[in-house]
Amino acid sequence: MSSLKEIPVAVTYSPDHPLGTGNVIPILNEVRHALQRLASTGDSTAIDLASIPFGPGERDQLLQTLGDGEIQATLHALGETLIRETAYPGAWVVTHMSPQGMELTTHIEVTRTPSLLSTPQRDIEDAAEALAAYLHEQSIQESA
Amino acid sequence: MNDDKTLGEHLRERGISRRGFMKFCAVTASMMAMPPSMIPAIAAALENARRPSVIWLSFQECTGCTESLTRSHAPTVESLIFDYISLDYHHTLQAAAGDHAEAAREAAMKENWGKYLLIVDGSIPAKDGGVYSTIAGVTNLQMLQEVAEGAAAIVSVGTCAAFGGLPKANPNPTGAASVSELIKGKPIINVPGCPPIPIAITGVLAQYLTMGALPELDHLGRPMAFYGQNIHDRCYRRPFYERGQFAETFDDEGARKGWCLFKLGCKGPTTYNACATAKWNDGTSFPIEAGHGCIGCSEPNFWDAGGFYNALSVPTGNTAKTILGAAAAAAAAGVVIGAVNKRNKNKAAAAHEPLTVDELNRE
Repeated sequence: MSSLKEIPVAVTYSPDHPLGTGNVIPILNEVRHALQRLASTGDSTAIDLASIPFGPGERDQLLQTLGDGEIQATLHALGETLIRETAYPGAWVVTHMSPQGMELTTHIEVTRTPSLLSTPQRDIEDAAEALAAYLHEQSIQESA
Repeated sequence: MNDDKTLGEHLRERGISRRGFMKFCAVTASMMAMPPSMIPAIAAALENARRPSVIWLSFQECTGCTESLTRSHAPTVESLIFDYISLDYHHTLQAAAGDHAEAAREAAMKENWGKYLLIVDGSIPAKDGGVYSTIAGVTNLQMLQEVAEGAAAIVSVGTCAAFGGLPKANPNPTGAASVSELIKGKPIINVPGCPPIPIAITGVLAQYLTMGALPELDHLGRPMAFYGQNIHDRCYRRPFYERGQFAETFDDEGARKGWCLFKLGCKGPTTYNACATAKWNDGTSFPIEAGHGCIGCSEPNFWDAGGFYNALSVPTGNTAKTILGAAAAAAAAGVVIGAVNKRNKNKAAAAHEPLTVDELNRE
């Protein structure tokens, strides 16, 4: 057995009545307030789900309620990071995975564009230099 | 590795992109229980962090703490942090043995005197001059005193190092003591648990790397980020407690429905730890979610605090009636019973009578 997921025991629950803390609705309200803030002031918000207690089924209920939107992206760095817009535009679910495919942490980001999707300034500068070096090399080869 | 390089330089040398570094910082922030808004500050600090020397001493212990860390559910981040520190001495993990191992420890101490981080797991036998456990002919007590003298700070990993743990349990034949009982005048961080949650261990290391300072601690020297709230307050079964719905046995209807395990001995109300949020085994579950009450392993003297399956001890005076009535009625009593249990827990064995399920039922 190589993975915990292969253990044939699972907590059973009803999605309509998950066992638990009752934290789903408060977090949805927090997302609602964050969306209102983003719309009015442009300020972004991030919520780390690892710091919030959930009972069996509650986290799934939260993510199912947020649903899927128009954009999904995958970052390949230190394992995959899954970035998807929810059915509520401006609210994104960002899940960081290890190279072994284990979830490390999940954030709900309320922002216009998650920062990981933007190209870092230094990478742009390095890219310009790298491309210039390539073209220079090509021009030397063509002239030789 | 060149010791002059910063963590940012080290990561980029390993082919980790800037986006990867930001991901690393996001996971590190989560691990340190810091809000996501701190990620840019963490990135700036980690970018310039320098590689610290770490000496890990194992005394009266079972190696469960090392197992917890090395089999943790976040191998990427943990390994990056663990690879980044210069782990100059660790019995179980190092390749060297015998004289070579001891020489490595002494060399690391000499080169980094006053700056290295000392991690200790296991309690220290102090009775009869500490003869009950020796390493290379040196007692644990003497080795701790020698290494602690040159340490910048000490992290006591696991309940044995933090509070004495199982070796200190009555009748404590070896005179087992915690690090803080034996070492004075040094910053000591207690990361208790049997074993501790791995992110609590690496979270402290990350904090030390990031901020160059120790985290905020509670009155028992534990990082507030991981031990600031009790299990009961963060437990998903808390609503059942509030409604007075308790499992009476491990196979009754209440147990199957996931009701509160207070009557079955759960020590959640008096135990401060992050199990209910950080969880175990890839974040799959924690003991209460698996159907077993918390045994209070991150608290001092938890082995001697009464049976694991006895409900928390309560005073026998007038307060008892108040609490028992509240427990039976349950509603709104959570804070009261938690506070009273916490206050009286350490006196339970001597002054209080354990509350059995039958007694609770009779009230």
